[in-house]
Amino acid sequence: MAGWTLLVLFLVSIAAAFAGLFRAKAHQVSAGKQFHSRPIYHGLNIAVWTGVPAFIFLLLWILTQGAINDYFVIASYPGAEALSDSERSLLLSEVRQAARGNFFTDPTPQLLAAAEHLKSLHSLGAYAMIAVVAALAVVGAALGMRVIRPEYRARHSVERSMTIFMLVSSTIAILTTLGIVLSLLYESWQFFKLVPVHEFLFGLRWEPQIAIRADQVAGQGAFGAVPVLWGTAVVAACAMIVAVPVGIMSAIYLTEYADERFRAVVKPLLEILAGIPTVVYGFFAVLTVAPLVRSLAQSIGIDAAPNSAIAAGGVMGVMLIPFVSSLSDDAFAAVPRAMREGSYALGATKGETIRKVLLPAALPGIVGGVLLSLSRAIGETMIVVMAAGLIAKMTLNPFESVTTVTVQIVTLLIGDSEFDNPKTLAAFALGLLLFLITLGLNLVALRTVRKYREKY
Amino acid sequence: MSVAATLPEPVNWQSDAMKARRKARYAADRRLQAYGMIAIFFALGFLAILVGTLTASGYKAFVQTKASVQLDLSGADIDADNLMDANWRGIVRNGLLGQLDGAAELSRQDQREYFNLFTSSAPYIVRDMVIRNPALLEGEAVYDIPLSDPLDQLAKGEIDRDLPESRRRVSDVQIGFYDRLDERGIISQPFNWGLFTNADSRFPELAGLKGAISGSFWALLVCFLISFPVGIAAAIYLEEFAPKNRLTDVIEININNLAAVPSVVFGLLGLAVFLGWFGLPRSAPLVGGMVLSLMTLPTIIIVTRAALKSVPSAIREAALGIGASKHEAILHHNLPLAMPTILTGTIIGLAQALGETAPLLLIGMNAFITSDPGGVMEASTALPTQIYIWADSPERGFVARTSAAILVLLGFLVLMNTAAILLRNRFERRW
Repeated sequence: MAGWTLLVLFLVSIAAAFAGLFRAKAHQVSAGKQFHSRPIYHGLNIAVWTGVPAFIFLLLWILTQGAINDYFVIASYPGAEALSDSERSLLLSEVRQAARGNFFTDPTPQLLAAAEHLKSLHSLGAYAMIAVVAALAVVGAALGMRVIRPEYRARHSVERSMTIFMLVSSTIAILTTLGIVLSLLYESWQFFKLVPVHEFLFGLRWEPQIAIRADQVAGQGAFGAVPVLWGTAVVAACAMIVAVPVGIMSAIYLTEYADERFRAVVKPLLEILAGIPTVVYGFFAVLTVAPLVRSLAQSIGIDAAPNSAIAAGGVMGVMLIPFVSSLSDDAFAAVPRAMREGSYALGATKGETIRKVLLPAALPGIVGGVLLSLSRAIGETMIVVMAAGLIAKMTLNPFESVTTVTVQIVTLLIGDSEFDNPKTLAAFALGLLLFLITLGLNLVALRTVRKYREKY
Repeated sequence: MSVAATLPEPVNWQSDAMKARRKARYAADRRLQAYGMIAIFFALGFLAILVGTLTASGYKAFVQTKASVQLDLSGADIDADNLMDANWRGIVRNGLLGQLDGAAELSRQDQREYFNLFTSSAPYIVRDMVIRNPALLEGEAVYDIPLSDPLDQLAKGEIDRDLPESRRRVSDVQIGFYDRLDERGIISQPFNWGLFTNADSRFPELAGLKGAISGSFWALLVCFLISFPVGIAAAIYLEEFAPKNRLTDVIEININNLAAVPSVVFGLLGLAVFLGWFGLPRSAPLVGGMVLSLMTLPTIIIVTRAALKSVPSAIREAALGIGASKHEAILHHNLPLAMPTILTGTIIGLAQALGETAPLLLIGMNAFITSDPGGVMEASTALPTQIYIWADSPERGFVARTSAAILVLLGFLVLMNTAAILLRNRFERRW
């Protein structure tokens, strides 16, 4: 419904633009006076006045109509004031299903009345929306038509609107960050009301699978994040052990030894590794790498879990190779020619120049790159969700199964999610932790890289 | 003291010690080179194995074993005005029994085994064909009935006939039936169009990607419609109009940081804000697209700014010189000239968004939905989340389907990236 209204509004705005354009042209001829703005700007001005207020209203309406409808339904439902939040949301979803004609049990008369109420609200809302949008569009168009005069500065008006649009657009990045921080903080705050902060940060047990409904069989619940962070560190370490040497070595070969043709072929091929979706890596880890790791480990007498940390971490490491490689590449390229040539002039071989001159000089850049990829490894989700374990364990053995922060976030939020339950809220607390850790790593990494750039 | 006394002994470069030393130094150089080669071959070998295994396990899902069953519906008890309520199960079962000589005399047990050869949805397939084309009621016609997953695996050689009966999922009786049907020549393995025209299903032989592909399409459409205009507008503002003050500095740092925030955190944002506070529907491509657009936005802004920066200032100055306003100069000249690069970056950003899984899981686009979405507000899955669902399914047939879905996803990614590269090579200008 809203989609069609949007489309119609768009078409009407275009039509209004043409109407304004022709009217301004006709005016220009009949008035015989030079207009300040070209006719097209008068047309665009009308389009803006027709479309934009109605569009903003439509947007607000789409975002709020659900909540408003819910409010009215609950307000008119007998006895709803006494319900708790979760009972209320259960009731609402029941009413919504009933309004669509799906009944799970024999409906009570109240439920039927509420469903009817919701339906009438829906159709009323749709009519009201169309009426308001149409009114806004008509008023806008009429005002726009009225101002077509030689001295009206339509171009200025249109350009002002554009500037405002651009300004608003550029603040969306800030709004996104604010939204992330505020939503994480708010939900974590709710969580810390149920579970003390120190228990979350320093607790050594993580058993979040507690009952959401009274009739579920589940554990008592323990929300100590340390084992989860531990597992994250183990998996990330496995990833780094693969990604760092391979990435740096391939960067060295590509920048120092390889000829132009080899580089032109191999570099894009390496970049493909970064372009493959992570869900593909996850499936590959489960299908091929984990069984391989397991049988290899067993052949040398180590007992490996089917979802070992090393399988997930290793595959993640491969994904990060091009990342480390291209950042090291940049670091090598930033080392001044003079240093390299000075080393050659002293008779050093290529290998000695790389090891004794290039690597130390490029080290801060490489460290920055490694930190950036470490933050990626910590935030990487799908590979670990598919290939790592669910049970939080404090172990250093990479052949055992461990769990990570991202795995816990996803498993806690798939399925039943109730916003007043510590199980759901714990995911947001973990998300906040993850956000802060990766943000810190990124800031340190960027600072390292920048500091080093200033040196040369 | 003479000068000569302070100088060290001249080095005899040809001495054995020096030769050995030189040799060791060159060997170290070659070793380093070898390590580099090994690293590159490790990475590329992994890539080859990845693509190789996925192709090897996925290509078989692009064909589907089917039985071409000849059914005569003219004698069946079907009310042409009420096709939905006819006893399709009985009709189709009778028809299936007719395919095998002496099948009608089989014991109940064997008959059940025989019916299990075919997909359990066979009655609905025949019904839907008849509803689409009521003329089929008049007489005989051939219906393609997919075989059920275990038999499909058997036909593709995935199940070893030599295993003892208890260790494989098809019984000896079923293999016997299958061979008799095969002898009659009604078993075939045509291209599996169902993979693209069916939505998800619990039965591997019927599961397809239509719902996932259209879900991804709607989500990407929303993502494009939001992130493309907003990203370009933000980039123009920051590059051309913004005063250099603290606020714009903050915005810039923000954009760079946003590009490095883990994708799962965007999922949390979508769950808390779009679903929790605004009450938008769960699993809807609209919400998925909105979350993806927030992730694509930094990419587009960064690309657009770089593209605008690379347009020579002479172009803007020429436009300003003949009386264009600043807006006109940028929108009529700089932006069109930067557009090929911006489009290339946008396509690459959208390709990334297409492969993004974690945020979509959190907003519920991993639901089990057996029809394709008709719009952005209807619940659906997306390609990567469909892969995740199938990867989690226990039926054997889903392993091949998952690989096939991955190949389809990679195919779309290759297509998009090729388009981006072509666009760049064809239109990008170097100044």
